Parts: sequence; structure tokens; C-alpha cells
Amino acid sequence: MLGLNSRDLQLLLLVAVLTAFAPFFLNPFPVDSSLAQFNAGYPDLMQRFVIFGIFAIGFNILFGLTGYLSFGHAAFLGAGSYAAIWMMKLLTMNIIPAVTLSIIVAGLFSLAVGYISLRRSGIYFSILTLAFAQMSYSLAYSVLTPITGGETGLQPKMGDPRVLDAPLEAGASPRASLFGLEMSSTYEMAVGGWVFTFNVGYYIAAVLMLISFYVAIRIFRSPFGLMLRAVKSNQNRLGYTGVSAKPYTLAAFVISGMYAGLAGGLLVAMDSQAGAERMFWTASGEVVLMTILGGAGTLIGPVLGAGLIKYLENIVSKINETVLNGWFEWMPDGLQDAVVAIIYPFVGKGWHLTLGLMFMLVVIFLPGGLMEGLARIGGLFSRKSKASDDSVGAAVKPSPAE
Amino acid sequence: MGGPVRVPTMEALVLQIVNGLDKGSAYSLFAIGLTLIFGKLGVVNFAHGALFMIGAFCAVTLSRLLTLSHVVIDDTKTDFLGNPLKVEVPYIYDIFGKATGDVIIDWAVPISILVAIPVMMLVGVVIERGLIKHFYKRAHADQILVTFGLAIVLQEIIKYFYGANPIPTPAPEAFAGSFDFGAVLGFDPNVIIYPYWRLVYFAFAAVVIGGVFAFLQFTTFGMVVRAGMADRETVGLLGINIDKRFTIMFGLAAAVAGVAGVMYTPINSPNYHMGMDFLVLSFVVVVVGGMGSLLGAVLAGFLLGILESFASMGAVLQVLPGINQIILYLVAIIILLTRPRGLMGRAGVMED
Repeated sequence: MLGLNSRDLQLLLLVAVLTAFAPFFLNPFPVDSSLAQFNAGYPDLMQRFVIFGIFAIGFNILFGLTGYLSFGHAAFLGAGSYAAIWMMKLLTMNIIPAVTLSIIVAGLFSLAVGYISLRRSGIYFSILTLAFAQMSYSLAYSVLTPITGGETGLQPKMGDPRVLDAPLEAGASPRASLFGLEMSSTYEMAVGGWVFTFNVGYYIAAVLMLISFYVAIRIFRSPFGLMLRAVKSNQNRLGYTGVSAKPYTLAAFVISGMYAGLAGGLLVAMDSQAGAERMFWTASGEVVLMTILGGAGTLIGPVLGAGLIKYLENIVSKINETVLNGWFEWMPDGLQDAVVAIIYPFVGKGWHLTLGLMFMLVVIFLPGGLMEGLARIGGLFSRKSKASDDSVGAAVKPSPAE
Repeated sequence: MGGPVRVPTMEALVLQIVNGLDKGSAYSLFAIGLTLIFGKLGVVNFAHGALFMIGAFCAVTLSRLLTLSHVVIDDTKTDFLGNPLKVEVPYIYDIFGKATGDVIIDWAVPISILVAIPVMMLVGVVIERGLIKHFYKRAHADQILVTFGLAIVLQEIIKYFYGANPIPTPAPEAFAGSFDFGAVLGFDPNVIIYPYWRLVYFAFAAVVIGGVFAFLQFTTFGMVVRAGMADRETVGLLGINIDKRFTIMFGLAAAVAGVAGVMYTPINSPNYHMGMDFLVLSFVVVVVGGMGSLLGAVLAGFLLGILESFASMGAVLQVLPGINQIILYLVAIIILLTRPRGLMGRAGVMED
């Protein structure tokens, strides 16, 4: 079905079911329980999960398949964001033109950057992409202020032309929508002590993520994907057989740039703002980390990595001392203080420490990322699956092209 | 923009050269430690900025330790309530007396270099033995992930103990003022003036860079290390314990990063993420200089520093607005595209 073999179809269906019912199982704790802190089922975070999932899926097409480590993909995300916000300012608050233009602009931008950067490989390629991204960031911050809004960034304003939209009523603020369906509109379902939130923006982003994921699977399984793997495993040999690697790597670069643009456009669709900090090198580094953490070269790994990092950033960082004391109240006083004192540096403002430790532990003990961990756990329970688990196995091997 | 293009005066040009040498010395000093690890040992070390930061906090720690004080009740004076005045007396006064103690406290930053070198050597050796050793043969991506994780952990530890705010750490009184550089060269006085400490930093960078060169070039140890970097296996077959020497090299690189951090504290008050701000730039410097070339890293550092200073001149900004923001990256792109191995890179280093 859909041109996929049964394993991939199962994976796609699994992801589809998970994203469709995410509002339920991301909110496993009743609202007024002490564990409600861990509920991730609020619209803002769920949107981020899928949007950064798209970003990481796209990055993985370049890095996971060809082994080219780009350190400048945030520039494409940022370019997509600016394109989307200008569509919202000039044309309409409908997200379709905004997202479409963001993909096109990011695609053209990545074509230009990729065409130059791909003249080199290895660490030189990484530094070239990094240099382009940092240049974009610096220019967006300073000279290009008329286009980018500089430090303040851009938001849709009352006085913008918006030629396709009917004029706003007095007092109404411009809101992103899909044919009148507002991104921010939500439906809350209360069942017993639980409250589940269904958000329009999340579901639109989720559908786009599923389409992106499907396209990524097709690319992974296509002859084109095979060529990209060949670039990673032995580029010289590819040259000897009379194949130029450049068109393939450039195509992969542009595709991943367009994914980044889609993610950037969707970010704007959800929060209606764009700023230069989205292009900073740490943002490029974040998607690299997401991909490696989840498992570069695996299909679903980068999405898991993106989800985990965003979860830590939004949930663990909110745990403060009062919350901790609440959890361990049942302990004797001295022990409670000791346990809180031990855990406290790792949560709240110190969540970065947890993140750093997790990076180190994953890369030391699970070289293939989280997907290798899952594969090992799976291997404990079934001896048979080892031979058939090729999609994970292929990615776990270190890349000789590096 | 608009208005006629101002022709820069001679004084302005000299000032920019001095500025550029100053920036360049900071870039070079930072990059030379990185090139030992990244260019020579082949490890993409994102924790290098954290080593720089730890060096800076060695200075902060030492100056805090030196001013550690106890309360002495002074019966000869009274405070405003008529009670005997309590005076905080640093312990160091008890040991060396007041005059010497004051001098030691004043010179805390230079003295910290003596402390920072062994501390940073130890930190470097522990990191290499405990972590980096296992990553020489792993993919660059894995090295980035693990060293980035390490950098975050080190930063958070520092933040936990010292807080997130910058901690001012002044230079010794003797170097506090500015030096009228222009008067020496025969220009009008007070046109080209320069903080003393920046001149000290420049001289210090020259000494450290020269020392690292001499160590690698003129000692047997350095020769063996260079041979090991060129062909690790053969050196190993000759019965030389090259792993141990690489560990020492890592310690040396950490010490260079550390003392660079110590000397930088009076210029910019250290905070826990100061290293990250330098990190990207120094990777660019190392690659532009040529992977594995110490001389290249130093040249690239000074070249980029001077170009950046000139790009910040008003006359240049009038013609090319914003050029000062991107000049480093623009030069890096041009050099990498025209000279495939950077300024001084040799074939066979970190190539696929």
C-alpha cells in the first residue's frame, strides 16, 4: 500500500496513530495530581514536537544518508520563517501561501548555499555551511533590518496591507488560520480528572509531519536514496563507476533545506513571529544533536531525538524546588531534604546538566542513538528479529565516509 | 549612509592595526590550543570553550581565596554605634603582612597562571583518559555530541557554584590605565591610546605561542609527538608509548586554553558561557589556517583579527554597510574555496 513494504507501512501507521492520539497519552496524569507537571499535552509543546520532528526528518535525509554534516540548517529554517511572515503581512493570514513560500524560499536559499558548500566535503563542508549560516544571522540582525525586523523580529500588524483578506474589524488582531479555521482554536475534553486538549494548529502540523515522514520513507527506499547511501559509504568508488556524486548530494541538501523551510513556515503559522535568533548556530547545532541523539540514518530516530530534547527543555526545566518537595513529602524530613538536594541541580534551571549528561551517556553507551537502545531492548525479547532489523542495523554502523 | 566618504587618517589606520593585533592575539591564542586537539589529534572538540572558561574561573577562584578574610575586633576605632569596630582582615595579611598581602591580592590574575597551568593539565589529562581516548576512531558526529555534552556539563557545574552573572576580575593596579601609543610613534598625544592590559595580553600571547612552537619543534618530545600525529602506527611499532604522549599533548592544549582564559578575565568579566561565544570563531580560524598547522592557526588568527578591525572603520562601513559583521565568515568561505586546505594546511590531514 502507498508503495511501501509492510514493515515501513506498519511504522508509518504507528506514527500516524501516535500523532493522532498524542493529546491523550501525552497527558497521562490527572490535572490536579502532583505528576501533572509531566503532562506534555498542551498545544504549544505538541506543535513543537511535530515541527522540530519535521526539521530533524529533513536534516536526516542529508546527514543520515550522505554523511554530510551541515552546521547551517537553521539558516533555512530562519529564511522560511521570514518568507512566511511576509506572506502573512502582505497577502493573507491563511497559512497555505505562507507555508508554500517558506518551502520555496528555503529551497532556493539552500540551492545557492549547497551549490557552493558541496564543492568540499568532510569538516570543510561543515565549516562552510556554518559560515553561511552565521553570515545570514549577522546580516538579519544588522543590515537587513528593513526585511527582517532586526532585533525585534517581525509580527503581523494591524496596518499591514494583506490584500487578499477582508479588512479586520476594529480591535481584532490578525490571527493565522486555514480558511477561517484558526490555528490557536482548541477543544478541551474533560474526562474524570483528565483534560485533553485538541488544537487545530497541532493537527495541521501533524498531518504535514506525516506527509514529510512518508516522503522521507520513500526517499530512503528509492534508488535515489541508495545513491545517497553510496555517497556515504564510498564516494571514490562512486566516482570510478562514472557517477558524479554532486547532483545527488545537492538534491539531498535542497530537499533537507525545504524540510527546514517547512518547519520554519509552520513555526510562524503557530506563533506568528519570526526573529534572527532562529538562525543562530546553536539552533543549527540543536538539530544535529536531535538527529544524532535519536539515531542518524534511522527513519524514526530523529523524531524521537527532537521530541526528547523539546520535552526536557519544556518539562524538566519547569520543575522547581517546591515541586520537588511536594513529591518527596512522604519521606522522613532529613531524607527528604537530602533527596531534594541531590535531584535539584538536575532539574529546573539546571536542566541543561541533564541534557549534557544524556548526550554523553547516549554517545558512550549507545553509539547508534536512542534507536540502538530500542533495538537492544527489542533484541532481548525476540531472538528472531535480529536478522530482519536491517533499517536499524544499517544505521548503527559508524560511517566510513567521515 | 550618505554624505561624502571620509578618508581615514593615518592615526585611524594605525589604531585599527593595533586593534587588529589585539583581537588577533586573542583569536590566535584560543585557536592554537584548539588546533593541537582538533587539527592534530583529529578530535572535533566542542569542549575547548569550556576549558577556556574553566581557566578564567581559576583566576576568579584564586582571587576569592586570596581575599578570604576573618573578622578582627579593632579596639582603637569604634563604629557609628560606639561599639568596637569589626574589621575584615584577609588571612593573607596574617601570613605575609599587610603590604605584601595587598600586592599579592592586586596581582591575583597573573598569579593565577601559576595555579591554572597544573589545574588545567590535570583537567585535560582526566578528560582525555576518561573520555576522549575512546573517541579517536569514532565518527566526527559522535565526537561533537560527546564533547558538546561535556561542555554543557562543565558549564552547568561552574554555574552551580559561581552563578550566572559575570564576575569582574580586575587587572593589577599597575596595568589599569591606558598607554598613549600614538605619542611613542610621533603622532599627536591622546589619539591612539590603548589599555595597558591589552598590550600585556598581546605580549603574553606571543610568549605562549612561541613556547608551544619551541616545544613541538625543538624538543625530542615534540618531535615524537609530531611523528605520532603523522603516522601513529609506525611510531607505536618503534616501541614508543604514543598514547601517553598524546595524553600529555591534550593536557598541554587544555593548559594553553586555560591560561588564555586567565589572562582574558580583566578584558571581559568571566561568566559560565564565555567559552561558547569564542568556540565557533576559533573553529573557523583553525580551518582557515589549515588543519593541523600551528603556524596557519596563528596567521589566520591575526589575519582575521586585523581584517575585522579594518572592516569596522567608519569609512569602510559607509561603502559596505554591515561588512564588519560578516567579514570573518566571508574570508573563511573565500579561502576554503580557493585554497582547499586552508592557508597552511598539508595534504592528508583530516581528509576523506
